[in-house]
Amino acid sequence: MGQYHQPDEQGHFGPYGGRFVAETLVPALEELQDAYREALEDPAFLAEFHGELRQFVGRPNPLYHAARVSRDLGGAQIYLKREDLNHTGAHKINNAVGQALLARRMGKRRLIAETGAGQHGVATATVATRYGMECVVYMGEEDVRRQSSNVYRMRLLGAEVEVVTGGTRTLKDALNEALRDWVTHVDNTFYVIGTVAGPHPYPEMVRNFHRVIGEEARAQCLEQTGRLPDICVACVGGGSNAMGLFYPFIDEPSVRLVGVEAGGLGLGTGKHAAPLCTGRPGVLHGNRTYLMEDPDGQILATHSISAGLDYPGVGPEHAYLKDTGRAEYVVATDEEAMEAFHRLSRVEGIIPALESSHALACAFRLAPQMRSDQTILVSLSGRGDKDIHTVAAREGITL
Amino acid sequence: MSRLPGLFRTLREAGRTALVPFVTAGDPSFQGTVPLLHALVSAGADAIELGVPFSDPMADGPVIQRASERALGRGATLRQVLAWVQEFREKNRHTPIILMGYLNPVEAMGAERFAEAAATAGVDGVILVDLTPEESAHEVQMLHRFHLDPIFLLAPTSSPARVATVKRLGSGFVYYVSLRGITGAEQQDWDEVARRTARLRQELEMPVAVGFGIRDAATAGYLAAAGCDAVVIGSALVDRLAGARDDREAQEVAMEFLLPFSDVLSRHMGKRT
Repeated sequence: MGQYHQPDEQGHFGPYGGRFVAETLVPALEELQDAYREALEDPAFLAEFHGELRQFVGRPNPLYHAARVSRDLGGAQIYLKREDLNHTGAHKINNAVGQALLARRMGKRRLIAETGAGQHGVATATVATRYGMECVVYMGEEDVRRQSSNVYRMRLLGAEVEVVTGGTRTLKDALNEALRDWVTHVDNTFYVIGTVAGPHPYPEMVRNFHRVIGEEARAQCLEQTGRLPDICVACVGGGSNAMGLFYPFIDEPSVRLVGVEAGGLGLGTGKHAAPLCTGRPGVLHGNRTYLMEDPDGQILATHSISAGLDYPGVGPEHAYLKDTGRAEYVVATDEEAMEAFHRLSRVEGIIPALESSHALACAFRLAPQMRSDQTILVSLSGRGDKDIHTVAAREGITL
Repeated sequence: MSRLPGLFRTLREAGRTALVPFVTAGDPSFQGTVPLLHALVSAGADAIELGVPFSDPMADGPVIQRASERALGRGATLRQVLAWVQEFREKNRHTPIILMGYLNPVEAMGAERFAEAAATAGVDGVILVDLTPEESAHEVQMLHRFHLDPIFLLAPTSSPARVATVKRLGSGFVYYVSLRGITGAEQQDWDEVARRTARLRQELEMPVAVGFGIRDAATAGYLAAAGCDAVVIGSALVDRLAGARDDREAQEVAMEFLLPFSDVLSRHMGKRT
């Protein structure tokens, strides 16, 4: 990397990030930070991580030229980074493997995780089984309803799924509950956070376990097109797939980085999940970042058709990239994501996750304004099988 | 000016451990909040921890989570909590009030505006559960500017370096979290808590309050005998209050529940090490 060095030693990305937790968790975070630093300097750890990504996850996954949809749109060439082809069907497994290997190194035999769409929960349940560990996944009651097939997958994999009924019964409440579990069982338990948020060192660590997305994509793009992409696009809930894709491009000023938040029913309705586009800085879940909150500092309920984006905060590095202008953040509404979902399914034969459909919607908007020798690289962060019930229900179809 | 140093001076002279009940502002009822605070004083409270409700109370167990949710549903914002303290002060000038909550509502108001408003309302100390000492420079500066005590938590797992940081930045007292867990969890080993508290009192040269998981007067008495400066009674009280049918019953429940604590602490008066 060139100029970009974030975060600092205390986990600050400019004014964002840091460590805001109850005292009881601080020693656990210090222990984690030390173990992570040591692991990064251990060639055997990195070799095992990359070996697992190859043998168990199935990396590298392709960078696929979506030629038909590009031709239809009549502009830039759209390339899809196929994270949906990873084992378990999303990018989340990269980080889950990394953190599970770290947990094993630290002698922790119990993994806990929060999950929204269920992809991170499935990924954590998978690696727990792979490495012979116990696994408990916290999931909001509302998300359990929306993502019932993933709940069943986790249970098939041997994980215990704890249904969270507090607060808004979504991802943020699952995170609260996982933190409470961790503080109570800190001796034998490793908390596998699924996104680039939370207290230091999580945002940095999760980004680094996902940077393989951008590193592969960059090399593949150079190989296939002979140049870097003009734009990288990824959806942003907490923002892990976006950070993974963006990170290796941050020092390439010619590459535009565009994060797509969930516009829900439209920004004017208040029913969305777009803290970077509409929120303001505050402190939640261990870090300072942009939040959706009311004037009294209470966290607001969010809305998105996609459970994975339905979160009132965002990773602190995105907050920093927004303020510095290095990345731009836009929204796609539920409706736009649905259109993109159908378009990719029908034109390219790929059913995308509803989360990823937000990134696709943005790319489909941008492509026609560009020349046909330009490229947009889209993170296809997950596959859409998990979403077919949501999509069918929205269209009045009972499966 | 914070009333906490004066309180702990008086208690030290008397050899008495402070009884510090915790209630969530706005629960079990909105309009009953101030009368409940007065009832706590009547039941023997030496100081009161007043919980500021937050939508995402990640360090709290189910009892205080639910109380926060109910209070928020009734409109118990930080602004409202400060108004309640001000109303309480119309009839009570001497009992210290410590606000306990999370950083974000304070940050939303602005640390300086908050500190000024809290001092004006008659608050004495502030505990922000998720504000680690390392991140607290601005908030501590603002609280000190308005003569409020920033109170930090220490845990069984806190390293000597962290104890030193808290000693440097904190004032009023230190809140020793007696277990690895969330508010209201089960505690097993009170001997260890007592030993650790005694050590901390020496290291910090500051009063040490013990909380998280104290459910009965016998435990409070044991901790008093072991020399801790204050015991905080939170979830066990909030849980009982939640069952009250009206404000009068809530006040009665609080009195009935706290009196045995108050008695046992009085019996240990003067016997403290």
